[in-house]
Amino acid sequence: MSKTNFWNDLGWGVGPILLGLVLTTLALMAVGADPARAYATMWTGAFGAPEKFSNVVDAWVPLVLGSVGLLITFTAGLWNIGIEGQMVMGAIGAAWVARTVDLPAPVLVPLLLVAGALGGALWALLAGALKVYGRVHEIFGGLGLNFVAMGLALYLIIGPWKRAGIASTSGTEPFPPAAWLPNWPGLSVGPIEIALALVSLALVYLALRGTLWGLQLKAIGKNARAAFWLGVPTQRHWLGAFALCGAFAGLAGAEQAAGVWARLIPSISGGYGYLSILVVLLSGFQAGGVPFVAFFFAAVTKGSVALPLDLQIDSALGGVLQGMIVLLYVLSQGVRAKFR
Amino acid sequence: MRLEFQHIHKHFGAVHANNDISFTIEAGTIHGLLGENGAGKSTLMKILSGFIRRDAGEIRLDGHAVEFKNPAEALHLGVGMLHQDPLDVPPLSILDNFLLGRQTRLIQDRSAARADLQTLSQRFGFDLDPDAPVASLTVGERQQLEIVRLLSRGARVLIFDEPTTGISLPQKVKLFETLRLLAQQGMTIIFVTHKLADAEDLCEQVTVLRLGRVVGQVTRPFTSAQLVQLMFGQTFATRERAAVAPGEPVLELRDLCVADYRLRVPHITLTARAGEIIGLAGIEGSGQRLLLRACAGLDAPVAGEIRIAGAKMNRQPYRAFLARGVGYLPAGRLEEGLVAGLNLTEHFILARRTREWLVNWNAAQNHARARIAEFNIRGDPASRVESLSGGNQQRALLALLPLDLKLMLLEHPTRGLDIESTLWVWQQLLERRQRGAAILFSSADLDEILEYSDRILVFSGGRVAQALEGRETSAQQLGELIGGKGL
Repeated sequence: MSKTNFWNDLGWGVGPILLGLVLTTLALMAVGADPARAYATMWTGAFGAPEKFSNVVDAWVPLVLGSVGLLITFTAGLWNIGIEGQMVMGAIGAAWVARTVDLPAPVLVPLLLVAGALGGALWALLAGALKVYGRVHEIFGGLGLNFVAMGLALYLIIGPWKRAGIASTSGTEPFPPAAWLPNWPGLSVGPIEIALALVSLALVYLALRGTLWGLQLKAIGKNARAAFWLGVPTQRHWLGAFALCGAFAGLAGAEQAAGVWARLIPSISGGYGYLSILVVLLSGFQAGGVPFVAFFFAAVTKGSVALPLDLQIDSALGGVLQGMIVLLYVLSQGVRAKFR
Repeated sequence: MRLEFQHIHKHFGAVHANNDISFTIEAGTIHGLLGENGAGKSTLMKILSGFIRRDAGEIRLDGHAVEFKNPAEALHLGVGMLHQDPLDVPPLSILDNFLLGRQTRLIQDRSAARADLQTLSQRFGFDLDPDAPVASLTVGERQQLEIVRLLSRGARVLIFDEPTTGISLPQKVKLFETLRLLAQQGMTIIFVTHKLADAEDLCEQVTVLRLGRVVGQVTRPFTSAQLVQLMFGQTFATRERAAVAPGEPVLELRDLCVADYRLRVPHITLTARAGEIIGLAGIEGSGQRLLLRACAGLDAPVAGEIRIAGAKMNRQPYRAFLARGVGYLPAGRLEEGLVAGLNLTEHFILARRTREWLVNWNAAQNHARARIAEFNIRGDPASRVESLSGGNQQRALLALLPLDLKLMLLEHPTRGLDIESTLWVWQQLLERRQRGAAILFSSADLDEILEYSDRILVFSGGRVAQALEGRETSAQQLGELIGGKGL
């Protein structure tokens, strides 16, 4: 890539972020809030103390795992909207293991992560099968399955898995300590989560780039008919892409259940699935951008939690900022393509 | 409407697609525009019809310089274009298509439009049912619809881009009649083609383009030898083909029936032997594509039996056909065969169907380089396929087919190619045949069918005739069969 190209790409990437900040600032001024204080609050909310920063990492892990999975499905030309439900099913799988299996932590934790990955993969395969065999577009199939998964989680929480004596939507009984992901003292994150995210990212990056499978997936995503003509088994690869993406999503769900909440709660996926879609869009569908964009999103999400407490501004401001930036980025890409 | 091009220039990156093009077309004449692929015909016509904008120069209509930003503005000023693939909306009815693009009030006056459509159709003797869906029409009928649509919108200059591709002989006769009638009524007709016979038949004057420049103009009477000389600077002689003794049966069809949602072709029985070339003739969409795709394992036949090299292949997946040495060349290069966005190296890797896990990019690049040289593709291993010209895309498609095929199924193997590329393609195919491949190919070009086929299968009106001997068939006979006579 030449130097001018690099600066060009950077400008087209950074411009929308700056513009998004400007527009969000205008919105803040319109409602009579002090933008400088709002941003300062968000900053300290995300980076003000080690515990706060560890909360950001808590959000970063599922965002990276989800985005890694979505890189696979997007490469295959699939819109896996069902990722949110796949995270929920991952959490349910992990919760099931945590509740029923009584083993020491070194065995139980890996087992529970595998169960989470499996849960997400099977749920994603359902969306894939609906597409391949039932001709249901994956966006509709995935969306429907999301509601089913969330319903299932809620049913388990207030039904079969309810806390002794009381049925509460606040969640199930906490998992036994052997099923908790180990955290660093005083913080809410530990080495396992971070390693999972980074290893997954590296693996998928290498697989998409250097393997025949990655190339075949790319061909299917760009032109499935031609890929089939060339001898690529398109249906198998579609199902495989769904299953893999679901596995990463399920891993994220399991990590949330065992690493953050230590139980199953109704909104265990926390919107990280949908947010991952935005992360991948803003990364230009490239693995290289994912950890950074995910970090930015995680910081905004966690940083804005402090807004209502300190400034009486709703924490939805973070979502406004994220949505604005993605929208402007996609718009800038469109404009750029038009005038190229 | 008198049309003048004055010093038209157009660049695409480094390519000077139109280089100082100037000529004049008088009102009421049929003017041929000839040139091989990449000569700049399409570019010039797209400029004239408002699809792309020129870099420099002037277009004059009846002496007035005109300027248009899009096809609608061009049509408003009287310039309309019929594209090779009609730009209509197949699921809608003829009347709906006729109404499309009209700037009218919210509520369309359908009965007035219907009357309008019928008057215009009658004027040219077209048989267009306003309520029939366009999807049910032949390419020839879709052209007729496009002609009346453009006329009703006030077109005075009509551009026909390769209009004789994919239409039957009777439809072609009808088309030429219509064009002459239009010219008589004062329309200016531009006829873009690379079929010499058509130009000779129809055009009063022909302008020949080569590499973006006007290289000559001839006025009636002229000969096709003159045109070939201008187009290529040399004349090609068709070569005698080597006789090949047919070998073992490669493909056996027994009472096969192929069908899609609108067409059903029953009772196809055929044995193709190694080294045989079988041409599939007929109006486009008469079942040739269905048969080729069924033999390739891409669509399942409705009934009957397909055997390849002796083995029954019904219900086998496409990959099983590939494994048995069947190769299919689709007509839609960038739709069905090539993956836009991937480069040539990546295509060759995909086509090799290896089982290796990791891609060895160096080896793949060398392999690609060798194939590119062998198939004379103008491009390099890193060229994205969509950046190649049509002829080079076709060469790339051929290069993607394995060398040791037993059965080659080719859909319009030379469509849209210039004479040089066409000869090159056939040279490759004849070599493959020499090595024992059986070839089935479809073509809308009767000369091509007659020149290369050992046997000919004619498709017409949902039926297939007994295979004809290629050497004993005349163009007249073939044309009549395609038109449905004597079948």
